[in-house]
Amino acid sequence: MPLLSFSIWLPIFAGILLLAFGSDRYVSAVRWFALLAAFLSFLVTIPLVTGFDLTSAAPQFAERHAWIARFNVWYQLSVDGLSVWFVLLTAFTTLIVVVAAWKVITERVNQYMAAFLILSGLLVGVFAAMDGLLFYVFFEATLIPMYLIIGVWGGPRRVYAAFKFFLYTLAGSLLMLVALIYLYYKSGGSFDILAWHRLPLSLEAQGLLFFAFFFAFAVKVPMWPVHTWLPDAHVEAPTGGSVVLAAIMLKLGAYGFLRFSLPIAPDAAHKWAWLMVVLSLVAVVYIGLVALVQRDMKKLVAYSSIAHMGFVTLGFFMFNELTTMGGVVQMISHGFVSGAMFLCIGVLYDRVHSREISAYGGVANTMPNFAAFAVLFAMANVGLPGTAGFVGEWMVILGTVKVNFWIAAIAASTMIWGAGYTLWMVKRVYFGPVANHHVQELKDLDAREFGMLAVLAAAVLAMGLYPKPITDVMHVSVDSLLRHVAISKIAP
Amino acid sequence: MNWQAVYPEIVLLAMACVVALVDLWVPGKDRIVTYCLAQASLFVVAGLQLWFFYAGFTLYSMQRMVVADPMGHLLGLFATLAMMVTLVYARPYAASRDMLKGELFTLSMFSLLGILVMLCANNFLVVYLGLELMSLSLYALVAMRRDDIGATEAAMKYFVLGALASGFLLYGLSMMYGATGSLDISGVFKAIATGTINRGVLILGTVFVVSGLAFKLGAVPFHMWVPDVYQGAPTAATLLVGGAPKLAAFAITIRLLVEGMIGLAVDWQQMLVLISVASMVVGNLAAIAQTNLKRMLAYSTIAQVGFMLLGLCPGVVSGNTLSAVNAYSSAMFYIVVDVLTTLGTFGMIMLLSRAGHEAERIDDFRGLAKRSPWFAGVMAVFMFSLAGIPPTVGFYAKLAVLQSLVTTNVGGYIWLAGVAVVLSLLGAYYYLRVVKVMYFDEPVDTHPIQGDLDVRVMLSLNGAAVLLLGILPGGLMQLCAQAIVQMFAT
Repeated sequence: MPLLSFSIWLPIFAGILLLAFGSDRYVSAVRWFALLAAFLSFLVTIPLVTGFDLTSAAPQFAERHAWIARFNVWYQLSVDGLSVWFVLLTAFTTLIVVVAAWKVITERVNQYMAAFLILSGLLVGVFAAMDGLLFYVFFEATLIPMYLIIGVWGGPRRVYAAFKFFLYTLAGSLLMLVALIYLYYKSGGSFDILAWHRLPLSLEAQGLLFFAFFFAFAVKVPMWPVHTWLPDAHVEAPTGGSVVLAAIMLKLGAYGFLRFSLPIAPDAAHKWAWLMVVLSLVAVVYIGLVALVQRDMKKLVAYSSIAHMGFVTLGFFMFNELTTMGGVVQMISHGFVSGAMFLCIGVLYDRVHSREISAYGGVANTMPNFAAFAVLFAMANVGLPGTAGFVGEWMVILGTVKVNFWIAAIAASTMIWGAGYTLWMVKRVYFGPVANHHVQELKDLDAREFGMLAVLAAAVLAMGLYPKPITDVMHVSVDSLLRHVAISKIAP
Repeated sequence: MNWQAVYPEIVLLAMACVVALVDLWVPGKDRIVTYCLAQASLFVVAGLQLWFFYAGFTLYSMQRMVVADPMGHLLGLFATLAMMVTLVYARPYAASRDMLKGELFTLSMFSLLGILVMLCANNFLVVYLGLELMSLSLYALVAMRRDDIGATEAAMKYFVLGALASGFLLYGLSMMYGATGSLDISGVFKAIATGTINRGVLILGTVFVVSGLAFKLGAVPFHMWVPDVYQGAPTAATLLVGGAPKLAAFAITIRLLVEGMIGLAVDWQQMLVLISVASMVVGNLAAIAQTNLKRMLAYSTIAQVGFMLLGLCPGVVSGNTLSAVNAYSSAMFYIVVDVLTTLGTFGMIMLLSRAGHEAERIDDFRGLAKRSPWFAGVMAVFMFSLAGIPPTVGFYAKLAVLQSLVTTNVGGYIWLAGVAVVLSLLGAYYYLRVVKVMYFDEPVDTHPIQGDLDVRVMLSLNGAAVLLLGILPGGLMQLCAQAIVQMFAT
């Protein structure tokens, strides 16, 4: 059974059906259909992990069909240890988003649900594509639903944010397109990513390719200094949009580094690793400090996302097994944790319609259940041992110490900044006396919200306490990637 | 005498006359009869083109004045289809503006005849003949609403500048004739290939020919007529000007520059590089400032034509033509895709227009997603395609042209690809603005979308074509490549 094709096209077709036949006249049918579609799409992805061969770094669940014969482009899908978890994470996040939107979105529900379902399929496509052009098509196509999600259901400055998001990311990825075409030419007319991995290239060509890919992926991650679209997009996007943006879309950039930059231009990657490390450290320290002074909760979490993604890129450019694996683990855990934090903000926003930290205070008094979840996720964001946030950061720091103590020391300062901005926000929002009548009138979680947060809390704890199943899956693939990157590809 | 080469043209000529005559006896309220007759004739012509294309022959006829080759047949097929689609969109629009007269159909058919004549021309005079037949019909079509000041002004500008362009082209062609002693395109090719001809005269002629072609294509610096004509003409006429004739302009560019003057490629390629970069800069920058959708699309057309011309630049690299098929077929694919998308966008403007109301400002599309989610979606597909975002066919058009540049592995062309990419980013802004207006803004005009069933179905099909070709673009690419390969084979 072509599982990957199913996980891509099932949600997309469901989304198209919703667009064609859905209507605000029968809203609840639309919601149930979307939930069913998201659930089925998630189910389809589960065998990808259960049936995954842990001992092999080769592409698994591969599919290959001719697509555009004229340019030798193939509809070619497969997953390996680096990508398989993201397929699951995407489908899982979409399921959560559909549940989160259940009562909140009341207008153009079918379009909202369809946008997320289609987006989910496209995102899975990005992770599964093993053909350069197919990757690019999915990568770019994700912009369209996200642009509409931010622009249609977003906050007051949604139009500005939507444009900034779209043009910023498009600017980066168009350079990547030229790089892809150049590789197509160099490899003698092939868009096969694995063939590109084996392609010898001069250092100069590698440098150009590396930077073309760097712009595309750095914008997406986002790395300092091309991160400025993210706070705007996060603040203005509806809750679901923020969740998908933080949990999945940021990972596209980091995944791109693993799939393209490192293996295709390993020599350039080594040569420019210092730059990447510096940018990552700036993200960790400087952006951490910026997060400290935010008044808007969503903006704070957005900046914290940038800081956490700094860890991911740092891990990738240390070139050792622990850091690389730590980077991937950090990507997954950040998917759960940041998604959960945005959901928590959404829960508050739905009731009070404010994201300002100063509008709250003492929420724990009126919403004890909710506060318990929120504090748990905040702890995970800080990187408390026992939560998902700890594992990745720990692995990256530990691996970095082996390479260079001072880099590790600077990176480890995130434990301070992270604790600073997160706990200070928690203190101001959840603890203390009840601040005003809005907070006084807050109602605690209903069953739907409770369920959705409980599932995420379980995931965060499980991953924190027993990360072995996750690292086992990526072990062989990371090993083979690092072995590949260690060998120079400069053409004789 | 081999009449088979011109069967489609003969059928079209005869039917255009029949339509003109029949219409004399058709009372105004039954104009649908004329319409159906015109569509049926176009259908037959399209069928003939399709059949000839698959037969794959290359025939010379009338003392080698005309040539029937696969490229001509393929472009002729697309031009005829474009004309049919245009008439479907135009009929209700014209009816509500007192424009639905017999002339509309007769003149449209004659302009198509001009296009087909250009497509099969193998002689400078035939090229000119077809060009004038098409242009004169179009001048008259733009001026159809003679009591409308904007339309008459547009027609006047179009006529004066068009006549100037024809003069340029004719002057350039006479120069070539003077230098080579031949009006026959293959004769000119052979004469140039001998290398004994005075190069100065040839280059002077080339400059005028390229200028004339740039006029007809609407490329900078000969673009001044495009925004005024697109905006001023009744939308139906705008589409008649901006649809099928672009295919013809592309075809004569290939016939003259490639088939006739490929020996001078080094010279005209440099001109085209300048023209295309200038077109992309001016078109994209000016389009940002527009509030009138038709005018914005006019500037966008200038930018698109610039991008298409890029595809013609890397045909001859350091004296060899190895990359020619790749380059010219990418340009052909680009222009076909552009016409397909243009048809849809102007069709959309006509759908939203009512009697006494032209939906030609961008603001008229405000909140369309609430008034009609379906057609807002269709329009969004067109806009994303023009911006070159996958999964729409516009992306593959840009991809094809970019790869034809990059695969030459010449540094200059790779930089050119980079420039084109940056400029198309500018373009994305104004196309996105239309999507923004449709989806993010509240509607001001709350009239329900009226519009006849045939227009709605055709627009939906047009949108579906842009999307489906975006998912499976291989077939059309292959057809274009095949046409160009067979052109070179003879």
